[in-house]
Amino acid sequence: MPEATAHAQGHHPALAHQFESLEQQREASTLGMWVFLGTEILFFGGAFAAYSIYRTWYPEAFAAGSRSLDITLGAVNTAILITSSLTMALAVHAAQTGRRKALLALLVATMALGAAFLGIKAVEYAQKFAEHHVPGTSFHFEEAALEAHAQIFFSLYFVLTGLHALHMIIGLGIMTWMLWWSWNGTITPEYASPIEISGLYWHFVDIVWIFLFPLLYLIGRHGP
Amino acid sequence: MSQHIVPPRVYYTVFAMLMLGTAITVGVSFLDLGAFNAIAALTIAVFKAALVVLFFMHVKYSTRLTWVVVTGSVFWLAILLSLTFSDYLTRSWRTYG
Repeated sequence: MPEATAHAQGHHPALAHQFESLEQQREASTLGMWVFLGTEILFFGGAFAAYSIYRTWYPEAFAAGSRSLDITLGAVNTAILITSSLTMALAVHAAQTGRRKALLALLVATMALGAAFLGIKAVEYAQKFAEHHVPGTSFHFEEAALEAHAQIFFSLYFVLTGLHALHMIIGLGIMTWMLWWSWNGTITPEYASPIEISGLYWHFVDIVWIFLFPLLYLIGRHGP
Repeated sequence: MSQHIVPPRVYYTVFAMLMLGTAITVGVSFLDLGAFNAIAALTIAVFKAALVVLFFMHVKYSTRLTWVVVTGSVFWLAILLSLTFSDYLTRSWRTYG
């Protein structure tokens, strides 16, 4: 019946042929995004498992490595990402209620916060190079006895934060795309799901950082 | 069933709780709680993640099918972690025994 109605009134331009209604299309895209995020959860889960095992094996070196990280920059970046999740959530609301100017402004704000996060991350990476805390032939750690195992800590630090940063960069690409679709009128209150599922991705990347921040920067402030 | 539009008030409340959680987790990390430092940090992180999933990601308002996929993903993560840890973290036991 909804199909017959849709055909009688003509298709919504955003409705793909395989779906009966925009509602069904929206639920399918949400479900598809969550299936993808399920694979992402397991992808990062493997990396977190590796971190947890090595941290259990070498607690002294991991605590010392953790203490060498800049807790202020880590906390500021956490606040920046949480704020970007707020602007993203508000962008979804603006898309659903058809407030185009607010949508554009909130997407730009989300991208600016994402870029600020990556900028601070770049400052931290530069510090690691200056301190010779980048794993490799020139690696040096202040506590000589812990050097070999500290190098494992920093390897995991760069893998985890590097994969996270890569996801942030991809997120900025998706946001650029969504900015274009919001600008050219593709996004309407009836067809807000591209903004919604891009938001799901953005929030997922935020959640990864919510776990990375305490695991890398905080646990070990009072290590053995 | 039409889409659920979450009012911005909910987003602002969740944002405030996430910021509060961040402040608490940083504060707690400077206290010496022994093994409880890790437990406290991870508990707060799980709480923050749950807030993001339920409200920012709209799972609270989503269909049963979405719920199944989300809880299924977390369940598979639990399998990954528990089976991996049950091997690696028990390997040293015999040397103490």
